[in-house]
Amino acid sequence: MHELSLVASVFEVLEEKAREHGAARVTRVVLKVGVMSGIVPDLLESAFDIYKKGTPAESARLEIVAVSVGLRCPDCGGTTAREDADFSCAACGSRRVEIVAGRELVVETIELET
Amino acid sequence: MTVKTISVARDLLATNRQAAAAIRAELRARGILGVNLLSSPGSGKTTLLEALADRFRGRYRMAVVEGDIETERDAERIRAKGVPAWQITTGGACHLEAKMIGKVLDRIPAEIDLLFVENVGNLVCPAAYDLGEDLRLVLLSSPEGDDKPAKYPQAFLSADALVLTKTDLLPYLPFDPDRAAAEALSIKPGLKVFAVSALRGDGVDGLAAWLVEALGRLRSGRA
Repeated sequence: MHELSLVASVFEVLEEKAREHGAARVTRVVLKVGVMSGIVPDLLESAFDIYKKGTPAESARLEIVAVSVGLRCPDCGGTTAREDADFSCAACGSRRVEIVAGRELVVETIELET
Repeated sequence: MTVKTISVARDLLATNRQAAAAIRAELRARGILGVNLLSSPGSGKTTLLEALADRFRGRYRMAVVEGDIETERDAERIRAKGVPAWQITTGGACHLEAKMIGKVLDRIPAEIDLLFVENVGNLVCPAAYDLGEDLRLVLLSSPEGDDKPAKYPQAFLSADALVLTKTDLLPYLPFDPDRAAAEALSIKPGLKVFAVSALRGDGVDGLAAWLVEALGRLRSGRA
């Protein structure tokens, strides 16, 4: 959808952290992408490759970790991880679940060269 | 030269959720019902808002924030109905974000009852961005086809109500409103379903009444 603008915000974090640690280069970036975030990993990779030119992350390796849907049930207190589009509690079947994972774009770890 | 790995753990989409939560709290404190309208381009969001403006005139005060890639056209149509409207032109961005709504919040008059946000016409990206609304309506017009809910599940999953629009065209189209509603309900059980023709005014009263009920719940602290 709007991967390029999201990548721009990833680079804001990369540049901030590189500055903070006095690093010349960012060599590895691990992003966690929720399967319900609307973000397409392939497009995120392409956007990253376009954006990285001329930045401290020019030669960085990008790793994308998919995060499946996590549900919390207010009825029984159970938590459920879902790979499919079934938004019900695995323990009690309630459909009043709250989505607690699967919508994120997290800059998880970065590797810096100083 | 040393290499070190640092843990960042920053959710870039959480920034929007936090901004949205602040907007929701402010709107609730001011007793304003926030309603976010999502749909494909041309499915009748502005026409529905015009019809609601006619229903609410003299009874409830509404305001509209219009999101579009370009032009002031939608805001002008809403203002022609005597309703205050602010146009946000995103200049290419495919959805509105909470911080954009935050910027116009101070300009919303104190006496407003319902604040509608007409999102950029797009059934994909706006679904991922909470704008701090209390209710999210997803519109599906009869010319778009009744097979859309399963093709764009996020939009329907995130909605509180489905509004099937352009029902006046049903005699000419193979659109089955029951099929569209059943498919949307399989994605989001409990979704409220309305069928309207904003052009003729059919079904608009039911939707207006439901919004007024929600406003009542919000003001009595039962939202």
